[in-house]
Amino acid sequence: MPLDARHPAIELEDVSFSYRPRQPVLTGVDLAVEEGEFVAVAGPNGGGKTTLVRLALGLARPQSGTARLYGEPARSFSRRDALGYVPQRAQLGTQGPVTVREVVSAGRLARGSLLGPLRRGDRAIVDEAIADVGLTALADAPLGNLSGGQQQRAFIAKAFAGEPSLLVLDEPTAGVDAESQDALARLLDRLRRDRRVTTLYVSHEFGAVEDIVERLVLVRGGIVFDGPPRTLPAEWHDPSHAHARD
Amino acid sequence: MLETEFMRLAFATGAVVGLLAPAVGFFLVQRNMSLIGDGIGHTAFAGVAVGYLLGVAPVVTALLAAVAGAVGVEWLRSRRRAAGDQALALLFYTGLAAGVVLASSAGAFNVDLFSFLFGSILTVTRGDLVLVTVLGVGGLVTIGLLYRALAGVVVDEEGARVAGVPVAALNVLVAGLAGLTIGLSMQIVGILLIAALMVLPVIAAGRVAWSMRSSVLLAMGIGVASVFAGLTVAYYADLPPGGAIVLAAAAAFGVTSLLEAARAHR
Repeated sequence: MPLDARHPAIELEDVSFSYRPRQPVLTGVDLAVEEGEFVAVAGPNGGGKTTLVRLALGLARPQSGTARLYGEPARSFSRRDALGYVPQRAQLGTQGPVTVREVVSAGRLARGSLLGPLRRGDRAIVDEAIADVGLTALADAPLGNLSGGQQQRAFIAKAFAGEPSLLVLDEPTAGVDAESQDALARLLDRLRRDRRVTTLYVSHEFGAVEDIVERLVLVRGGIVFDGPPRTLPAEWHDPSHAHARD
Repeated sequence: MLETEFMRLAFATGAVVGLLAPAVGFFLVQRNMSLIGDGIGHTAFAGVAVGYLLGVAPVVTALLAAVAGAVGVEWLRSRRRAAGDQALALLFYTGLAAGVVLASSAGAFNVDLFSFLFGSILTVTRGDLVLVTVLGVGGLVTIGLLYRALAGVVVDEEGARVAGVPVAALNVLVAGLAGLTIGLSMQIVGILLIAALMVLPVIAAGRVAWSMRSSVLLAMGIGVASVFAGLTVAYYADLPPGGAIVLAAAAAFGVTSLLEAARAHR
């Protein structure tokens, strides 16, 4: 069943949240992400980016205000199979051996039955996702043998293997060098255009996507900027990616 | 050795236990919960004592206590009412204390109790073998059917939760299977050492495995080999089987570490 296109993919209305009394992490956040948009959410560490993502995805309950996904309350969203999420690398996975194919196959879990092995059609989708991120030759290699950028591409392939309508990436380029960050951002832009996926790219370093995204949202306890990156005040640009604006 | 019925029963039971313990333990080790088996084991100890106190088969009460303890610790952990190691500490010490108090009340501080703590070849009956086989094979089939889902949660628990995969139910299932494994294994390996059979083969397999699937299968192979080697040594040297089995699993870790080092130097 298709998602309700009359509503924004993500909608936060006057949302506030705190982990402790009188220490708000986010105050009065209004944010609407329309279907098909590519939005970067940036801001300093501790500024509330990850909390905003957790609220938007229904993983946390706002103290006040409302959070909706495609018009439904985010906490009880009925079409979670349409959501893709790439968490911070530090939270990812197992310490043991795991291959690229095993990682990407996990992306098919939300689609279809949990029982038994992957069906033929699912395997084809997994192979296609691996090919799309350029890891076919390394599909059966242990993830631990890959570079940080390659590992991150495997997790992006996992998210796309789930055929999401909305994809959220939390610090997808953390610990990856600037060149690899730019390559990842370009790859992400191509994939989300090809597959028409609404994308929320959350990172304290937004330089890699500054010339790609249509909209930049800066979060510092609330939303302090929301607009096209070219209208961002000069002093707020990410100095680590100065070339992005050249 | 195998002409005696008690050894045939011990080997048959041990084969199921040797396959099941690492298969379940794999999902605990990968989630950094290697020590949960110890906590569940102590709950099983309380269950044994309850069995003596009530005059019910201790295997049955221990099995129930182990599953309840495992599910309880997972509930505490998932609700963040207690951090992972705090939930474990609660389970560990409460189970041990309850076991000591109840066993003492039942007047059961004797050799029988020690056989549950450290394992005993002589205690396995035909009825136990049927129970272990039915429940153990049931556990293995469950893991086989849900392997892809359980592995997916190991790879990326948060991503699975966002996408609507029933992560909480799968985590409770793993905890329940851990309780089941401990309840079924305590006669062969003993309550105090069963957790080691869930963990050591997995760690050993991880040194030489190349994928999650190969890791699970190798761990199960090492588990069975450790049980057979340990039971053999225990029979001929008149030793408690639990210690011999766990030392065999520890030796397997030594072997795979050497293989890993040799591979790295090639």
